[in-house]
Amino acid sequence: MPTFDPLITAIVIVCLFAGVLGVCAYLTLGERKISAWMQDRVGPNRVGPGGLLQPMADGAKFFLKEEVVPDHVDKVFYLLAPAVAVGTALMALAVVPFGGTTPVPDPIPVHSGDVPAAPVQEFAKQQAEYAETFQFVLAPGLDIGVLYIFALGSLAAYGVILAGWSANNKYSLLGALRSSAQIISYEIPLGMSVLGVFLIVGSLNPEKIIAWQAANGWFVAFMPLAALLFLTSSYAESSRLPFDLPEAEQELVGGFHTEYSSMKLGLLLLTEYVHLVTASFMMAVLFLGGWNLFGLESCTGTVVGDAILKLLILSGKMVGLAVFAQLVRWTIPRFRFDQLMNLAWKVMIPLALLNLLAVMFVKQYSFMLVTLTGVNVLLFVGAGLWGARSGGTVSNPKRQVAPQPVGVPAGVTYAGR
Amino acid sequence: MPLTEADVQWVEEAKLGLWEQLYIPALVDGLKTTVGHIFKKKITEQYPEDEPKMPANYRGVHRLNRDEAGRVKCVACYMCATACPAHCIDIVAAPAPADWQKDGREKYPETFVIDELRCIYCGMCEEACPVDAIELTTLYDLTGLSREQMVFDKEKLLSVFDTTTKAGTDPVRTRSGKLGPASEAPPGA
Repeated sequence: MPTFDPLITAIVIVCLFAGVLGVCAYLTLGERKISAWMQDRVGPNRVGPGGLLQPMADGAKFFLKEEVVPDHVDKVFYLLAPAVAVGTALMALAVVPFGGTTPVPDPIPVHSGDVPAAPVQEFAKQQAEYAETFQFVLAPGLDIGVLYIFALGSLAAYGVILAGWSANNKYSLLGALRSSAQIISYEIPLGMSVLGVFLIVGSLNPEKIIAWQAANGWFVAFMPLAALLFLTSSYAESSRLPFDLPEAEQELVGGFHTEYSSMKLGLLLLTEYVHLVTASFMMAVLFLGGWNLFGLESCTGTVVGDAILKLLILSGKMVGLAVFAQLVRWTIPRFRFDQLMNLAWKVMIPLALLNLLAVMFVKQYSFMLVTLTGVNVLLFVGAGLWGARSGGTVSNPKRQVAPQPVGVPAGVTYAGR
Repeated sequence: MPLTEADVQWVEEAKLGLWEQLYIPALVDGLKTTVGHIFKKKITEQYPEDEPKMPANYRGVHRLNRDEAGRVKCVACYMCATACPAHCIDIVAAPAPADWQKDGREKYPETFVIDELRCIYCGMCEEACPVDAIELTTLYDLTGLSREQMVFDKEKLLSVFDTTTKAGTDPVRTRSGKLGPASEAPPGA
């Protein structure tokens, strides 16, 4: 059993929150810098050396702004929404490993021929060893692990919906509607793409998933398609651009946070970045081997050195993925809403299902895991071929061009229909 | 003539092939472009530190040119004030001092006031001036703390000439120094 020391846990909570919020603050700066560099600009560079203190200035500005609560809002839910949004986002961090972890040792089966005390002693020894090691995760040994993150990810939709609905504003409501539809749709491929991981590892516990990958290789090598699906749906879950329809500025002013000001707006914006950090951590843990980096994580040979190295490796992967998300954000334009739904329901969910089916076959008949890689590539190319063959989607069928008799004014066909 | 169906040409959207349908190659192409721009030279000008170099035909603050003797070149003909669509030029003419008279100068502006806030910087005063006495310079950062400060009198306008000429930022249209053809005596006079 993992032990629980309130003091140490409290210290870890404070450190993790400070770390994550700091990373979020600098992600906002990174976002502005990256977008600027991509557009041949230099970005914010006035506050501090090279603009490095810009996040502090932004945060201070949010605190100093006037708190406007419009008359037409539903006060209770209007004030509750940012708290719900940021609370659920931060709570998801509880089971996310952010450094070196060891899974809880499995119980030792007792065979009839054994000396009765030996397995018990062995088990007690393993447990004592486990209790000695420090786990870089708030709630170690939680077997529902990833499920808890998904549950809170769905709860996050409540923050957005409450914000949009209570604001009593059409733009906000439209943003909230889009958000709920989007999050519900992308929950499915998100969950289904990682089911394969759980089937192979046999556990939902992120520490066990990392340990499995450290021993057998990263899942991105075995299931590249699942990794791609997970990455894509995690962008949609944290409403990053190509999927930022809930707050599409050009269409909806600010989307669900149109009516918010001051720190309440700051919290809602922060939520998005916390989601991005959580999603990047999950991507690193589930598919990119967590703290594992081809044996480099234990090259120092000391316990403390390795712990620091593992922390750096996992955080580095997380930051790398977050920066990649920002590169993607400023590269791909936003989807149209029907394209968004088509992608989720007609492409990603079937592909995730087929991938899951492939994993089941591999497990059942004990094929080599590399076959999964082949199946994944085949599925991906096959889906592309199908798309190229069918030419367009069902909801956007090619229009039949019917030549009208000469002399009929153009546009009559449309008016008559 | 109304547009008929025969005039309409239907264009089919290009069909996406396998490469485009995979979406990832397109994404990689996009990333190549955007990431390539990250390492390109930035075009931002750091304004207060690096001042932009204005094109020589930029129409900024006015100046009143001086002639070779350093006197105001303006002959107080009111052409600029007449041409001005914003009515921002106010001139009071006076007979030229006696020693100017031997150079053929009969009038000179006793006061010459331009309201820089009313001016629309169209450059018509410059075009109208027969002796090229008024010109728009490349000075763009015109600021003041009050409306009164933005009303430029003759001394201020002459000082603009001094600073711009000293800085070597004469407008491209300039013919400062000589009086224009209209200042010459009519033939046979």
